[in-house]
Amino acid sequence: MAINAKTISETELFYGHKACAGCGGSLAVRIALKVLGENAVAVLPAGCMSAVGFNFPQLCFGNNAIISTFAGTASMLTGVEAGLRAQGITDFHAVGFAGDGGTADIGLQALSGAIDRNDDILYICYDNEAYMNTGIQKSSLTPFGARTTTTPAGKNIRGNLRPKKNLFEIVAAHGIPYAATASVGYLNDFMRKVEKAKQIKGTKYIHILAPCPTGWGVKTDETVEIAKEVVDCGLWYLAEYENGDFTLNHRPKEFSDVSAYLRRQSRFKHLTDVDIEIITRSRDKKWEFINQNFK
Amino acid sequence: MKPFLRDFVPTSYKDIPDATAYEAGYLVTKNAGWRNIRPVIDNTKCVGCLNCYLYCPDGVIFREGSKINIDYDFCKGCGICSKICKPGAIKMEAEK
Amino acid sequence: MAKKFLSGNEAFAYGVRLARPQVISAYPITPQTIVVEKLSEFVEDGSLNAEFIHVESEHSALSCAIGASSVGARAFTATSSQGLLYMAECLPYAAGGRFPIVMMNANRSTALPWNIYGDQRDSISQLDSGWIQAYAGNAQEALDLALMSFYIAEHSEVSTPFMANLDGFVLTHTYEIVDVPTQEQADAFLPGYETENKLDLQNPRNLAFSAGPDTNTFFKYKEHLGILNASEIIDKAEERFAEIFGRRYSGLTESYQTEDAEYILITLGSISGLVREAVDKLRAEGKRVGLLRLRYLRPFPNEEIANAVKNANALAVLEKDISFGNEGTAYTNVNSALQKAGIELPTSNYIGGLGGKNR
Repeated sequence: MAINAKTISETELFYGHKACAGCGGSLAVRIALKVLGENAVAVLPAGCMSAVGFNFPQLCFGNNAIISTFAGTASMLTGVEAGLRAQGITDFHAVGFAGDGGTADIGLQALSGAIDRNDDILYICYDNEAYMNTGIQKSSLTPFGARTTTTPAGKNIRGNLRPKKNLFEIVAAHGIPYAATASVGYLNDFMRKVEKAKQIKGTKYIHILAPCPTGWGVKTDETVEIAKEVVDCGLWYLAEYENGDFTLNHRPKEFSDVSAYLRRQSRFKHLTDVDIEIITRSRDKKWEFINQNFK
Repeated sequence: MKPFLRDFVPTSYKDIPDATAYEAGYLVTKNAGWRNIRPVIDNTKCVGCLNCYLYCPDGVIFREGSKINIDYDFCKGCGICSKICKPGAIKMEAEK
Repeated sequence: MAKKFLSGNEAFAYGVRLARPQVISAYPITPQTIVVEKLSEFVEDGSLNAEFIHVESEHSALSCAIGASSVGARAFTATSSQGLLYMAECLPYAAGGRFPIVMMNANRSTALPWNIYGDQRDSISQLDSGWIQAYAGNAQEALDLALMSFYIAEHSEVSTPFMANLDGFVLTHTYEIVDVPTQEQADAFLPGYETENKLDLQNPRNLAFSAGPDTNTFFKYKEHLGILNASEIIDKAEERFAEIFGRRYSGLTESYQTEDAEYILITLGSISGLVREAVDKLRAEGKRVGLLRLRYLRPFPNEEIANAVKNANALAVLEKDISFGNEGTAYTNVNSALQKAGIELPTSNYIGGLGGKNR
């Protein structure tokens, strides 16, 4: 039976946390843990989700959970998994939740090492496209044009100059057993992917786009809507990598308006029509690649 | 089952653990004070799709028999539930 | 027991095997490599049943060991020099989390200039990280320390990670005849690791959390007490060790001819073998000199030093490290011990052996 709102476990394992109202990251963590269940052993690096969930004596994970060093999500996961297995314990799911900076920047080496060893872990990157916990600084997953506190938009430079790092395909290039992209705007798709990852031995990676109303400059009730819209306008896509093949899971009939998606967020308010044209062209190029290479 | 509020707040030297390890899901403060607006459910309009429950970042919406209810101790009033509710069964109302 | 001709690294690896670690994570660095190569061989030949994790950096080596320890597994890693510095973030992390990981550090100079030879600036730079720090004097002690370190670190009153230091090359690569105890003896000495400080499927916990200003000092004080408690547990471990293996160690320090000594040289590590010979030579010339070897730098042997030197006329500290802009760190610590004990004594500091210089 497909996992959906009606069939998912009612147990809440991430509860009472201090994330900002409307936080996309906390939604991703909450839903993933509901799918994985009480035997999830979670590792979270220093970052938003650990900052909002582990303030002793307010401890918001109902399952086993531990904070790792910022760079150490994957390496600590490896140790947790090996340590439990060495004691003959097998009925658990080692899962990591790290943000975009913790994954694509400081944690990339450890993640690559874990995939190389094919450790039996699930790594979930909740991507809110900047270092939000420290106050919205640019990461390598910040998209082109976005204003952050370290890529200010002024007369000389209009926000982030570099495109978003293609982490999904970087991870896939390791020959990982399973990798997927997702969005908190499409939770049924995400839940299916977590459920699937749960059954696969070896390293699994899910990259879920999780808007941050504070950092993106949208209202707290727009998180889910904008996480849908980014997929619908083609700037993000829902896909899987398995057995060496890429599969596209959702093909918008026609793309919604890129400029509408961008202009509703204050981080993109400064963009000119030329900037938006650049972004649209790069989207089209990406989809050419997807159409040629994804099933 | 979910983490729940406790009466005992371990903050003295003798009450804290020897290492940074403590019971999972131990809550000592609410989040209710964060809210300016609160979601109010009209169960007569609710079609039971459970999208509000699914998409709540805080997990504060829950099923109670055939109805939907909200844990106002931990709702932050973000309004995602109201926005996602197609039949318009959840209205955001100002906190008094 | 079996007598084997082993290098310090190999002796340590034999000691680790006897301790039956469940997870070993390590990244290669000269002059530590032989200990992890040897352990890999033990895993391959089935004489050691451990998960051997080939991590991609020292930061991951210790982070992985912390993960293993956080679920209650016995964890070991080894490093040296730049590797120790690369994992530095994880050192206070392991100590603050009270994870009793054992790590062998092959003492080596730190860059720049690049140098692979032995001095103790690497470990001493991490003296404040909250780890127990021991310095082995020879290969036999290295093996025995490997076994004892798990007992001490994991003791419920200690719960503190343990760094066992072996002088690079001089000790790690020098061969000696070493008694290797039997597994039965080792098992009688070292119980399995039991702790409440772990992620537990039957009793879920949240670990390694944040603690704000209200409780932070409390946690840090408990951490401090844990490493202080190690003094007593080291004695206990050595007593138990002597009963089972017949070899006796002397706690945080080792005295040689200090009882009536007018002049005492304080040092640490494998150079003490050489100093011992010098003491014998000078004694033969009628000079009343003695040696005090610091076996541990943390916990620091304040009382042991005061007792050993109280009747001396002067002392000197010889060490292979320097705190730039001040003096040798062991010297600073020794002077602090004297001051606290109210001992007024002329002291001097000799810094040598940097980058492996031995003459």
